[in-house]
Amino acid sequence: MNKKVPMRDGYGKALLELCEKRNDVMVLDADVAKSTRTVWIRDRYPEKFMDMGIAEQDMVGTAAGMALAGMTPFVSTYGVFLSGRAWDQIRTTVCYNNLNVKLAGAHAGISVGPDGATHQALEDVALMRVLPKMTVIVPCDAEETRKAALAMAERKGPCFIRFGREAVPVVTGEETPFEIGKARLCREGTDVTVFANGAMVYEALQAAESLTEEGISVQVIDMHTVKPLDEESVIRATEETGCIVTAEEHQIAGGLGSAVAECLVRNHPVPVEMVGTEDTFGESGKPEELMCKYGLTAEHIAEKVRKALSRK
Amino acid sequence: MTTAELIRMSRIIRSDILTMIHKAGSGHPGGSLSAADIMTALYFGDIIHVDPEHPNWEDRDRFILSKGHVAPVLYSVLARKGFFPATELWTLRKLGSILQGHPHREFTPGLDCSSGSLGQGLSISNGLAVAFKKQNRNNRVYCLLGDGELQEGQVWEAVMTAAQHKLDNLCAIVDYNHVQLDGTTEEIKDLGNLAAKFHDFGWNVIQLDGHDMEQITAAFRMAEAYKGKPTVLIAETVKGKGVSFMENDCNWHGNTPVEEQLKQALREINGADDE
Repeated sequence: MNKKVPMRDGYGKALLELCEKRNDVMVLDADVAKSTRTVWIRDRYPEKFMDMGIAEQDMVGTAAGMALAGMTPFVSTYGVFLSGRAWDQIRTTVCYNNLNVKLAGAHAGISVGPDGATHQALEDVALMRVLPKMTVIVPCDAEETRKAALAMAERKGPCFIRFGREAVPVVTGEETPFEIGKARLCREGTDVTVFANGAMVYEALQAAESLTEEGISVQVIDMHTVKPLDEESVIRATEETGCIVTAEEHQIAGGLGSAVAECLVRNHPVPVEMVGTEDTFGESGKPEELMCKYGLTAEHIAEKVRKALSRK
Repeated sequence: MTTAELIRMSRIIRSDILTMIHKAGSGHPGGSLSAADIMTALYFGDIIHVDPEHPNWEDRDRFILSKGHVAPVLYSVLARKGFFPATELWTLRKLGSILQGHPHREFTPGLDCSSGSLGQGLSISNGLAVAFKKQNRNNRVYCLLGDGELQEGQVWEAVMTAAQHKLDNLCAIVDYNHVQLDGTTEEIKDLGNLAAKFHDFGWNVIQLDGHDMEQITAAFRMAEAYKGKPTVLIAETVKGKGVSFMENDCNWHGNTPVEEQLKQALREINGADDE
């Protein structure tokens, strides 16, 4: 059984490492520092932390100014408010200026649970993916989140990372490689490829395990970078297995499923099935109840795998 | 420059603004003209420290044009300062030009930030000012805001941030021309007592005539000397200043003078002998 850790812990750890090493890093939050773990920076490196109050648009603009002065600001708040409320600031001030601003959307996905639909970011990846210059990363566990945040600090230009609230199984280790824009093979398989990201990587691995009993061999690939998409890996995997399932804790429209489909229809059309939320908001409930109701479990992935195979 | 020289320069800037918008076939003359004296004083009155030979000089002061639609006044000032040849001004808004309809940092030498979506410049200026303090640098930050733009909520978020962090290396200027695209600010969304608002939010407030060169340069110097709080210059201005038929008329917010109108406007700005 894998140990469960919230991904935001990985984000907080990365920020601590960065603040220890670098003078140019600043950490900004919008009154949710305990939730995003930036409180660890506030307590250890108060001179590198700014609580901007409940003002997401101003926070993004302030970070842009810091980047113009040569700093590397990390901007953290809930994914809904960062990607939605400050979208124009991210578009016109951060991306159009091509600034070195790092955006972290916490509490993303439906697994935020009881807070309900207002706080469940199911559109953030789509909103960020359409912006020129933007890099979009959806890590699968706390360790990958840590590595992704460190990699963002090294990368020039705007980056967005999103992660959930709940503790999720850790499926990668310290030695597991991570590179922005390079898909990571998690499990070999020959009949079908599942491209998953976020918490759905673990679900995909569970699905692959259970499907072996039906004699179905499933390849699982961690597509932690939605933009720029590792098209080479998508096409290569598709050539190997001939059918695809995508899985994300996000709406299907505009997310990973769309990104993979856009690549395949132009390069190598094959049957594609998608796991994600439909054209709907979420609601209040326990995280696991919601993941089940909205079709985001290993069983749902397995069902789509069978369907994709039947269309092959 | 002496006050007389600044006034002469402001005429060149105003002529540039009208000529470039006329040649472009579109643009925003009203707010460019109301800000012309402020911008002339800032760049030619020995206020902002920049170096046209080294546009990316690290220790330069920064200027953020929050009301990005008045790009023509900034472009003219940058050209006349020597950041690029004045002939570039006549390419405004054309395909391939270094002078986009709204400012784009990566295209124009001397431009510190892209802008055009209103209400964002003060936050950006705050970020620069915070960074300069963290870096123990003495650079100052100037930010020009429109009055209509103050209807954007983000401006007031930023007003609070600047006060909270005591950004005395920041000087905001409100080009208070009382006219926006659809009408007067008073009839659309009244700003009320603007000086009292900034004061209550914790700012040092200086009110001045935004067309009086001596008042403008004096205000900038007072702002620089003031410590412990950010300063705002509330500059009373006239939209379309200097051209009789454009003054105080919201229809000239984003309208283009035709040939005859341009001739008359240049006559009014420069006197008949300059035609």
